[in-house]
Amino acid sequence: MSAGQPKVFWLRNFPAKIAAIPMILTSLVVFIGCSIWTVVYSFTSSRSLPTTDFVGFQQYERLFGSSRWNIAVENIAIYGVFTIVFALTIGFILAAFLDQKIRFESVFRTIYLYPYAMSFIVTGVVWQWVLNPTLGIQETVRQLGFENFEFDLISNRDTVIYAILIAGVWQITGFAMVLLLAGLRAVDNQIWKASRVDGIPAWKTYIQVVIPMMRGVFVTALVIVASGIVKLYDLVVAMTNGGPGNASDVPARYVYSWLFERANLGQAMAASTMMLITVLIILIPWFYMEYGRKNKN
Amino acid sequence: MKIIKGLLAASTILATAGSAAAVELEVTHWWTSGGEAAAVKVMADAFDKSGNKWIDGAIAGGGNARPMIISRITGGDPMGATQFATGRDAEDLVKAGLMTDLTELAEKEGWADIIRPKKLLDACTVDGRVYCVPVNIHSFQWMWLNRTVYENNGMAVPQNWSEFAAAAPKLKEAGVTPLAVGGETWQIRDMSGTFVVALGGIQMYKDIYINKSVEAAASEGMTKVFKAIAEARTMVDNGYVGRAWNDATNMVITGKAGGQIMGDWAQGEFAVSGQTAGKEYDCLPGLGVHPVLDTGGDAFFFPKPNGDKPEVVKAQMELASLLVSKEVQVGFNLKKGSLPVRGDVDMASANTCMQKGLKILENLDNVLPSGEQTFTPDTQGQLEDLWVEFFNNPDISVEEAQARFVEIIKYAE
Amino acid sequence: MLKEPKGPRPRKVIAPGRIMLYTALAFAALYYALPLYVMLVTSLKGMPEIRMGNIFAPPMEVTFAPWIKAWDSACTGLYCEGLKVGFWNSVKITVPSVIASIAIASINGYALVNWRFKGSEVFFGILIFGSFIPYQVMLYPLVIITREMGIFGSLWAVIFIHTIFGMPLLTLIFRNYFAALPQELFKAARVDGSGFWGIYWKVLLPMSTPIFVVAVILQVTGIWNDFLFGIVFAGVKNFPMTVQLNNIVNTTMGVKEYNVNMAATILTASVPLVIYFLSGRYFVRGIAAGAVKG
Repeated sequence: MSAGQPKVFWLRNFPAKIAAIPMILTSLVVFIGCSIWTVVYSFTSSRSLPTTDFVGFQQYERLFGSSRWNIAVENIAIYGVFTIVFALTIGFILAAFLDQKIRFESVFRTIYLYPYAMSFIVTGVVWQWVLNPTLGIQETVRQLGFENFEFDLISNRDTVIYAILIAGVWQITGFAMVLLLAGLRAVDNQIWKASRVDGIPAWKTYIQVVIPMMRGVFVTALVIVASGIVKLYDLVVAMTNGGPGNASDVPARYVYSWLFERANLGQAMAASTMMLITVLIILIPWFYMEYGRKNKN
Repeated sequence: MKIIKGLLAASTILATAGSAAAVELEVTHWWTSGGEAAAVKVMADAFDKSGNKWIDGAIAGGGNARPMIISRITGGDPMGATQFATGRDAEDLVKAGLMTDLTELAEKEGWADIIRPKKLLDACTVDGRVYCVPVNIHSFQWMWLNRTVYENNGMAVPQNWSEFAAAAPKLKEAGVTPLAVGGETWQIRDMSGTFVVALGGIQMYKDIYINKSVEAAASEGMTKVFKAIAEARTMVDNGYVGRAWNDATNMVITGKAGGQIMGDWAQGEFAVSGQTAGKEYDCLPGLGVHPVLDTGGDAFFFPKPNGDKPEVVKAQMELASLLVSKEVQVGFNLKKGSLPVRGDVDMASANTCMQKGLKILENLDNVLPSGEQTFTPDTQGQLEDLWVEFFNNPDISVEEAQARFVEIIKYAE
Repeated sequence: MLKEPKGPRPRKVIAPGRIMLYTALAFAALYYALPLYVMLVTSLKGMPEIRMGNIFAPPMEVTFAPWIKAWDSACTGLYCEGLKVGFWNSVKITVPSVIASIAIASINGYALVNWRFKGSEVFFGILIFGSFIPYQVMLYPLVIITREMGIFGSLWAVIFIHTIFGMPLLTLIFRNYFAALPQELFKAARVDGSGFWGIYWKVLLPMSTPIFVVAVILQVTGIWNDFLFGIVFAGVKNFPMTVQLNNIVNTTMGVKEYNVNMAATILTASVPLVIYFLSGRYFVRGIAAGAVKG
């Protein structure tokens, strides 16, 4: 193979193309296929099984008229912005700290990371206890003598999403940290030596040299955190089950409840189509800037 | 692909050939608590005794089990039998021809005559054919009260909703939460439904739930219901978000709360705590106003086996027949705390509250179809959203809520 | 601490900066450890104490009964055999799924960075898009796909599904990591006459241990904790441990035994936890740098 490129174009990089077959099939058949499937059935009145009884935009009219859906969208926007900011900044700070030849690094790393290993079915319940005004932090501090102490995010309609945010950040930051730590460790030692020789303070080296070098890892972390946000479901179910009322509902929970509990596949598909379109609107320009440009070079 | 399929087929043939004597039937259900498991065991034992084998496929939580059940049936890996709520849950699967037809058995055993109320069997019937077996009756329209809380505070134990509401402020003063509720949406949905029938009366309930009458939905009676719910939302504590129903029941048991509106399965909790009906706790069917019951409950469906397997179908029929038999009905329902689907069985050992329920069942006018049977899950879901929002958001006025209610009923299916 | 001209890895042990560093790390650790603490103390209490007591209070009477029950005798439906039943099934699902998904994704990343072909970035873009599709939406089509392949309801199906769902994020991870490695090494290897596979094995793998560790963490966690795909695709004989966990934890009608729930959760999570802890050895710095110096 190495003896020069064949003339026929599809034989060029032949082993690479063979190796990429699973990726090509997955992206075309599964992801594109499923997206098309989703869009098509969003125009039907399918109940628990898909049927081809087309009803136009009826499912969308209902979706946009639903106050529950609007709440869900608003919630995911708040949750999304804060989660991305916190997960990446806290994750990076912790990673940079851990990269200082820390004793017991393994212990610290495991403590930050363990939330990621646990099923939300139960950690959601624990967070619900901790944040519950009659069981958790508020009650405990009051028992210590601070009678007027208030920490009651979870039973208030306007603040419940922040209660979920506390648990969500707790869960994902550790993984962002590990990923960024791996990125830090791919940074060439020579850079640190050079900056030390030049007398540049460490924080400056991070901001001016290291972070730009770690762009790829940051993008990876961003995508992982963001895809987790879009799919946020288990945590809400375990912590508040969407309550009080539907005040902490999120799009994935909306989709799931119409898909299975309420047997209206059409409505669920309309909601997921809206989710997919939103993702595309964000992803396409970014992707073009990130990779399209490089290809031309 | 053909080769893989062939191999799989071959291995299944071998597997079935090996165990030709006893047919194994995998039964999926979501009854996993102690009392429920004991009730399932009655069924399983009876089935094992018939020379077959019950393979238990318990998956906790209907929300988890349902996707699995539907996927496996459509994916061609069906279980032998599966629980579903009585109602329209499985309608699509039946229409797609994926369920075994039980009509012959039902006619042979005369189910139409023994199963009461008849609506239960109707809910299993699609286009004149029977596809499921109802196994019990669960009703939601109960209020559970802690007698001691009232007696200790110098009050009579309420006999109906208005007395309960009148006593609420005094309980609050005494530091007791008047009404225990949980945060799960179905709790609030069904509690609100209970208000509709208990305060609005049977006729109004039927007009709305069966005839989908917009006039009834907009009527004075319904306004009264919304007002009562608005009153109820002032009686709760603020720690209820995400609370499980049994934790709410536990508040009543321990005297932290005065009462709870919850289905008859709450009795299991009182029983586990060693309390007796009429002594430590009391029950008010239909909130003490209109003593009625709905006929919610559970049913079993039998998905068609993959390929031609007469021995599996035969085992399915045997199981179906056992489920309605007198022995299984009595044994199962006593353990489950629910009411049997046939009236000709001896339930003398049931407790005071269960006896109240049985008495209500005697007059079929008091028996209503549950929302699951009259509405599609879709409409149910919209109603649930409305009830839950209304209950949790004091900013929504009675008028506003009723207007939305009318809108939902207008398009209800 | 900023005045001194020093890099991130000073040799001195007790500088004031170090103390601040450790204090910050310890405070962060408190936030992360709090829920685990609550779970641990709850799992060691009896039920009466849980009903009465403060959730942060240590147990008055330590009992290990909930742990034993969770592992050995907690009931899920008719069978009272605890979590242990599904343990080997989870291993059977996790090991091949992790290996398959990482192998395929690392090759994807490698091909995307070093052996680009026409359209390769487009497929990559679709993959990234795919990572944003909620799983539940794809359930039904995937049931049909695996049914048509003839593998529905078997171990193969669930490995297949995990490989597909792991592919987007893993490919992204590997792609971006490989892209950050010095390209000179790759070019040198090509000049030496190494082919696609030769370079992958001899050049890339030795330089990429930390990112493989990250990938293993990601996959082991995701697959070990998966519940939905396990019950839908794996078939009854292969139900993973999370099915028992769900049955223990999610039982709605009946008394919730919170202590058993907590013990069961920690037990289920212990496999990923042990892997996290052990991966420390492979997480050391300097592999890439060492390779550069040769």
